[in-house]
Amino acid sequence: MINQDTFRILHVNLDEGKSRAVEFGDPKLCLGGSGLTAEIFQHYGKPDLPWDDPEQPLIFAIGPLTGFFPLMSKVVMAFKSPYHNEFAESHAGGRMALAMRFTGYDAFVITGRAKKLSCLLVGSRKIEVLDAYYLAGMESSATAKHIRRMVQRHRGRRSIIRIGPAAENGVAYGSINVDTYRHFGRLGGGTAMAAKNLKAIVTVGDGNLDLSDTKVYAKAYDKIYNLVTKTETMKKYHDLGTPENILVLNELKSLPWRNLQATTDPDVEGITGERFAEELLLRKTACSGCPVGCIHIGLLRERFAAQHEFLYRQVNYDYEPIFADGSMLGMVDAWGVLLLLEEIEGLGMDVMSAGVALAWATEAFEKGLITEKETLTPLKFGDPLAYQIALRHLSNRTNDFYRELGKGVTAAAQVYGGADFGCVLGQEMAGYATGEVFYVSQAYGFRHSHLDSGGYAFDQKHVEKDVQAAVDFMVNEETRRLELTSMVSCLFARSVYTPEIIQEALESLGYGGIAQNLSSSARRIQAKRWRIKFDTGYKPENIKIPKRFLEVETWKGKTDPEYLSRITDAYIQKTLELSQADGGATPTTIEVT
Amino acid sequence: MKILRASRMERCIGCYSCSLACARLVHRSLSWERAGIRIRSAGGLTSGYEAQVCIACNPAPCAQACPTDAFRLRPGGGVRVKLETCIRCGACAAACPFEAIYMDEDNSYPNVCIHCGRCVPYCPHECLETVDAPAVIHD
Repeated sequence: MINQDTFRILHVNLDEGKSRAVEFGDPKLCLGGSGLTAEIFQHYGKPDLPWDDPEQPLIFAIGPLTGFFPLMSKVVMAFKSPYHNEFAESHAGGRMALAMRFTGYDAFVITGRAKKLSCLLVGSRKIEVLDAYYLAGMESSATAKHIRRMVQRHRGRRSIIRIGPAAENGVAYGSINVDTYRHFGRLGGGTAMAAKNLKAIVTVGDGNLDLSDTKVYAKAYDKIYNLVTKTETMKKYHDLGTPENILVLNELKSLPWRNLQATTDPDVEGITGERFAEELLLRKTACSGCPVGCIHIGLLRERFAAQHEFLYRQVNYDYEPIFADGSMLGMVDAWGVLLLLEEIEGLGMDVMSAGVALAWATEAFEKGLITEKETLTPLKFGDPLAYQIALRHLSNRTNDFYRELGKGVTAAAQVYGGADFGCVLGQEMAGYATGEVFYVSQAYGFRHSHLDSGGYAFDQKHVEKDVQAAVDFMVNEETRRLELTSMVSCLFARSVYTPEIIQEALESLGYGGIAQNLSSSARRIQAKRWRIKFDTGYKPENIKIPKRFLEVETWKGKTDPEYLSRITDAYIQKTLELSQADGGATPTTIEVT
Repeated sequence: MKILRASRMERCIGCYSCSLACARLVHRSLSWERAGIRIRSAGGLTSGYEAQVCIACNPAPCAQACPTDAFRLRPGGGVRVKLETCIRCGACAAACPFEAIYMDEDNSYPNVCIHCGRCVPYCPHECLETVDAPAVIHD
């Protein structure tokens, strides 16, 4: 950021092969990250055109605290989604956030479509569009190896994000792999990138920022660093990591098993965070700028021939992937889960949507709605080798069935039946069968993500059925999270970065104007995002919570349809009101710099 | 005198807290390059990390190569840097056998570890330490 009066963004036009650095927006109103991407989409986006129109922007943004403080390590990506053709947002860590900071740009906006499959390279003093047609169809890790050879300089200072064959083939939930172990996963960001004919983006963080007065900043940094590393606040993330929740949610009868036919299973021991840590954890790694190191890497050892011939791979695991490609698929063996995660990684699909889609397909297969003619391999809960084959068909879109499944479970169920047991809440579900508030928070939430408002936390803490309290929780939690995702913080640090700590951090950098506006601007951004979502075609009446969620039994008992319906109506009404409260574009002109 | 050693890089998680601390506290910058210690992957993130940092050669090839004595041998190894006399020729960086000297692309000055140890407390996994310089054995 040049100062707190404007952002500096890079607009890359792939049609022309030209780029412009422009001053854009008011940080005091947009904040950065989520707020900046919404403002950029409002300016560059085409709400009425389809997601794959070349004019649609692909947007990546960081925030005012990126790189300055621990865990300010995420990038916000915004795009029109191939999954539902609406405005969408996805977040990823890795090395990209710091690399962007050191390019000197607060955001990249990419419009147009490259004539050939290409790789975009951005540094502080360079912008190149490199031919990458020879990487067509290549899996994610192999793509990264080739890109590293293409761009040999700047080791340790570059970020490489890339797509795999699933996105190139048009799977609606094609993902972007960020620096091997992180992802822009949900809602098809990879497929939106494929529509630009972009196989990869290399961000070279080769610039430096001079700091005039470091005394106040260094003091604020030390305070936050000590909160992160010398208290118990972040312990759960770097100890067992998020997989710690597998056992907890299984005991709470909230872990989806076998396409949510059950919420607990005695065989959970095979896939707990403890089992992964004891038997398969190889090491941990971190996003750049984060001393926590929550990225857990498992060792996948495979025998490929007789006479003890082995190969090994390093596979990242977390709670959500273990749910979606573990319990949801009836897997009770950690090794099998890693095998599927590695397969999905190479193909480049959202790990949750892919797993939940195959879970639905397995139940549909068992019920006879589809046969081996469609699935091309007999699907069976708990069979990793069958799922490995099915994943390749899903990515390749081998036949009509996999083409439909590649659009999502709802699309496939419209053709083959089985909508009642499709575990879809706006998109394929996240791993929380916790109750009514979570179902509503994902189904009707802005990103259809468990991270929008963390509705599962309300379910877990409240037995009383208070509709107003539930809706207030979702709305207020979304506002609070927008303060974080506009900086751009990792949401794991939400207990560290209270509004007061964020303001102290901003003030230590001389961003007092942004600090003063933090909460009012977050509310403004919330309204703007909802308005853009409605403008791009969101119709809450089109979203139905499938019957399967009414059959679920959690620690609180069966889902209460009446309570579910009342929360749904009240929350939809609230999001409509939010969207109508948006005042439009910020009054800031754009100037070429 | 003490010297910095990246003794336990097998533990490194690639958080860059050390580089950022050096940039912030020594070079008054936000940077992961304008720092005496820089972290890079050993060839993709699956292969772990290595530190590019001065190993305190004694005598130091960079000091011997410096035509203006801007780099002078520090007691115990490594160098003392006097930027006022540096002519930004880059001879020091060229002489370093370990690519431990970074020539700043903005101002062309060399950046090298001064073995102050201010990065050490920021490593969450104790990869770094300051140790007594080994005794030099002369023939």
